[in-house]
Amino acid sequence: MPDVVVAGGQGFYGDTPTAVDALLAEGIDYLCLEALAELTLAILQKDRQRDKARGYTRDLPSYLERALPAVADGRTKVVTNAGGINPTAAARAAIDTARALGMTGLKIATVVGDDVLGRLDALHSGHGQSFTHLDSGEPFEAFPGPALFASAYLGARPIADALAQGADVVITGRVADASLFLGPLAHEHGWKWDDWDRLAAGILVGHLLECSGQSVGGNYSGDWWALPHPWDLPYPIATVTEDATAIVSKPKGSGGRVSTDTLRHQLLYEVHDPARYLSPDVVADFTSARFEDLPGDRVRITGVRGEPATDTYKLLLSSHAGWSGETRVAFSWPDAFEKAKATAAILRKRVEMAGLAVDEWLVEYWGVDALGGPTVPKTTHEPPECVLRVAWRSTDQRTAGLVGRELVPLTLSAPPAGLTGAGRGGGSATELLSIWPTLVDKAVVDAEVRIVLEEVQ
Amino acid sequence: MARLALRELCGYRSGDKGDIANVAIFADDDETYALIVREVTAERVKTHFATMVTGRVERYEAANVRALNFVMHGALAGGGPSSLRADALGKTLGGALVRLEIEVPDAMADRRRARPDVSWADEILG
Repeated sequence: MPDVVVAGGQGFYGDTPTAVDALLAEGIDYLCLEALAELTLAILQKDRQRDKARGYTRDLPSYLERALPAVADGRTKVVTNAGGINPTAAARAAIDTARALGMTGLKIATVVGDDVLGRLDALHSGHGQSFTHLDSGEPFEAFPGPALFASAYLGARPIADALAQGADVVITGRVADASLFLGPLAHEHGWKWDDWDRLAAGILVGHLLECSGQSVGGNYSGDWWALPHPWDLPYPIATVTEDATAIVSKPKGSGGRVSTDTLRHQLLYEVHDPARYLSPDVVADFTSARFEDLPGDRVRITGVRGEPATDTYKLLLSSHAGWSGETRVAFSWPDAFEKAKATAAILRKRVEMAGLAVDEWLVEYWGVDALGGPTVPKTTHEPPECVLRVAWRSTDQRTAGLVGRELVPLTLSAPPAGLTGAGRGGGSATELLSIWPTLVDKAVVDAEVRIVLEEVQ
Repeated sequence: MARLALRELCGYRSGDKGDIANVAIFADDDETYALIVREVTAERVKTHFATMVTGRVERYEAANVRALNFVMHGALAGGGPSSLRADALGKTLGGALVRLEIEVPDAMADRRRARPDVSWADEILG
């Protein structure tokens, strides 16, 4: 079996589609577009609330416009979880995009069944799914509900199945990020679903590639300033052999860097126990991987070990958690911090006097310790300026909007010098969603996972 | 013995899962890795973050890449979609961790990680 070349063309909803061009020019077998995060599902839920035909990442067509010509030529295939919480609608958008480009005959597969919202209670009461909170251990009875979305993190198998059925483009809902890459690798190489070491290697490759620029120098804490043309950071490519040796690289002549150091930063990104990375397909041991720097921005990865997958999928539930608002105000020297602090207190008092109910306040002093909090040593150094950020949560939308308005009269009636409005505030409130990570038995989910294959006419 | 901030010894990256943040730190050589394994305990990290992290802190070792991974529960004021924090996703917690000062042998007291040279930015910005 020849080597299989996979590329990570998207790292989040809103990433730039232009990076795809250089990957396609490089000659890749699969373009994997990873569009989802916990926060993304929450955004998509709000979108679907407004319009039932939404709930997928709406930049999918702009990716497909670039990729479909290569797909039509048989040079590459596309795998994406852009379906979010509405993969059927995403497939509709993909078909419309292909039609608009005059490409008939393309086969677009949709994987459905990750969404268990409609049968959540039945699974709990009828199928013994406890839905205990994965981190806190709280029972499902404590879930604040009603659930707004309920997405199980499916694995690579339905993607491999869709490819085996001849799909050119595979659109899924909440398939685990790294599994998007394992799907085509397992399909092409014919890896068995109990070949744990190879599956683990595929998951590791997927994990390294799913955050696009983060493995080639993005968010890199090494000598980030010395990376070649960082304004044109490429996205990563992996060439994987049948025996699961991988070489990670990037498009020729592009910026950024591929090294053991850039890759190890990504290896542990959003990982808990690296010796037991829980994917739907395998429990991968990231500590077993050997990295070897090769000339020309390439790194060889070998020796990855895996253990049998668990019997459960991760399941993410979400519920409404109130409304937030925020405001930012910049203060100038002298006494910038003290002015900021006093203004925060005055705002709180005014909100109280106005009878507005706030359930939670958060005050940050940007330029002082907003990001580092108690890790920032106390100092007598006087900051040259300070941005006050106040955020709040209220039960209802209207109140959350009104709170920010209490800052407006302070323009002329607050501590001196430089109450300049900056950023958001006053009026628009944002809906907050709480999330409830839990587990669900694979068997009850898989029973309803389906692949819908449609040919563009 | 001398004291040195982890900034001089390690790379870092952090991210989120729900209300849990993880911070990984990366040593450049075996000697430094052995040092951080000894010095940067879960307890020490928990103390460093104080009120910012309300739950427990767990530490995992990844010797193959000379890294320690700290998993911090209750680190994001509720987690991404419900947190009021500007950094609701914990992206900056790596930087916050490498402020931590540890005891290092005198021979390592002068260790400095390179500082940024962004003269190319000056050229662009004029």
